[in-house]
Amino acid sequence: MTPPAVDWIDHPAAVALAGRHRVRAWEVIPWLLALGFYFAFPKYLGFGTELLITILFALSLDLVLGYAGIVTLGQAAFFGAGAYTVGMLAKRGIWNEPITGLILAAAVAAAIGLGSGLVLLRTGGLTLLMLTLCTMALLEEAANLAHDYTGGFDGLDSLPIAPLLGRFEFNPLYPTTQYLYVLAVLFVCFVFVRTLVYSPFGQSLTGIRENTLRMHAVGAPVRWRLVLAYALSAAIAGVAGGIWAQANAYVNLGTLGLDRAATVLIILVLGGYGRLYGAFVGAVAYMALAHFLSKIYPTAWQLGLGLLLVVIALFARNGILGLTEAAARWRRAPRAIS
Amino acid sequence: MTAPLLETRALCRSFGALTAARDIDFTLEAGARHALIGPNGAGKTTFVNLLTGVIPPSSGAILMKGRDITRMDQARRVKLGIARTFQINRLFRRLSVLENVYIAVAERVGAAPSMLRPAGARRDVVDEAMHVLETLKLTTDAGRRISELPYGRQRLVELAIALGLKPEILLLDEPAAGVPSAESHIILDAIDGLPRDIGILIIDHDMDLVFRFAQRITVLVSGAVFATGTPPEIGADPNVRAVYLGRAGHG
Repeated sequence: MTPPAVDWIDHPAAVALAGRHRVRAWEVIPWLLALGFYFAFPKYLGFGTELLITILFALSLDLVLGYAGIVTLGQAAFFGAGAYTVGMLAKRGIWNEPITGLILAAAVAAAIGLGSGLVLLRTGGLTLLMLTLCTMALLEEAANLAHDYTGGFDGLDSLPIAPLLGRFEFNPLYPTTQYLYVLAVLFVCFVFVRTLVYSPFGQSLTGIRENTLRMHAVGAPVRWRLVLAYALSAAIAGVAGGIWAQANAYVNLGTLGLDRAATVLIILVLGGYGRLYGAFVGAVAYMALAHFLSKIYPTAWQLGLGLLLVVIALFARNGILGLTEAAARWRRAPRAIS
Repeated sequence: MTAPLLETRALCRSFGALTAARDIDFTLEAGARHALIGPNGAGKTTFVNLLTGVIPPSSGAILMKGRDITRMDQARRVKLGIARTFQINRLFRRLSVLENVYIAVAERVGAAPSMLRPAGARRDVVDEAMHVLETLKLTTDAGRRISELPYGRQRLVELAIALGLKPEILLLDEPAAGVPSAESHIILDAIDGLPRDIGILIIDHDMDLVFRFAQRITVLVSGAVFATGTPPEIGADPNVRAVYLGRAGHG
């Protein structure tokens, strides 16, 4: 009864599905720009490093929010978990090798994601949103109270991070090592997320986002899929947090705060969620805007950002990338009346 | 004697004071074409939700081929071969028609947990999804998004997703609901063309559809089985006519 093996594979829809994961030519552009930035703006590598970490963090959020449709306001919980893992291990002299440190940060964040996800993802909607917020607040308060380990409100500074690969020092004044290191880690994580979203697993996540009830009806273990996606996303956020701690050689409560969680959400909405590159576009747009607006209008620069967000929410639900996609469709579409 | 494909014994479900299913004894034979009819609020959709495991019964038992599945969760019942369609479309609206069916096939063959290969690399899944679309004459729309399709075509995708699960039991909840009457024959033809070995339970208001399609009809009233029989028997039953077909002789 099984149909012959290669029968329909030439149908345009089948070809489109079989080839949708292929790398497009334009996809090299962001990486070339990131490399170009290194040579063009050696004085701004600190800013550049921060930008790349923000992209990585936004990418982790895109996996759960944009693809799996889990609405969370607590993503910074995992960023902070990764940052504190690196920070505490380095400060106590237990572990300060950067790359394995990131793996530990990812593992700790993933474990917290798995544990909290098992409880949280029984719920949905507003309840879920509030619970993610609560989880993050609990972690932040725990970090505040465990002063002996975390440095409390002051955080941990002057972290003795070992040279990368035993050779390249992290110099806080000339963050050349940090920049290239973060770029490499971002690339590895991006390749992973990109592979994931185009896989059958990723397809089932979009299925859950589009219609949870139907996913139950096709026999998908919906909650397990969501928990797994949540934990993987937490691991990537943990890497972002861990690398942030390494690059800056300090950790503080700000890594765990609502400010960071809200900012990354704004960035993703600004760039366009569920699109992989929304994290890139959003982070660049947000940080560039923040940079220039705060120069023009130092006291109330967030007003400009707020206005932009209102415009995006009203007229461009899919963010900046959504606008460019719409423009491309409009250009390609045959005119009905001419 | 072999056990029936699907059987319920004294199945009950109450929501507070409301009894939506009352002592339902029901049997679906292999390859059956069975219809479930009843006035609004009779508990038809509740019955489907009980059979598929969306809600647990208050009491009673559900058996598939003699095996007790009363407490089994929805996903495992799907794996055993119970599939359903929805009265109101439940589709992945921003995905293509092919992707919609791909998701169902991938779940069935166990491809869905795979993370490190592209979805398109599972040629077997793509190919099988295309074959399902072919049986429903949907291949021309395979690459289009659900949101671009007319409602009647969307109803066919609803059916295609269920067929992608290769069910032994198919529960169709008002398959032609919302489809303009000029197009409803497409749905009816598609249902007529379904493999004969699938046991089908169709829930509907549309008497033309029910009488054309069903070999047996069960009438549900206020959560209880009111009558069961062949279409001529049900059509001639004065009690059924009184409560359901709206020819009440008294009042």
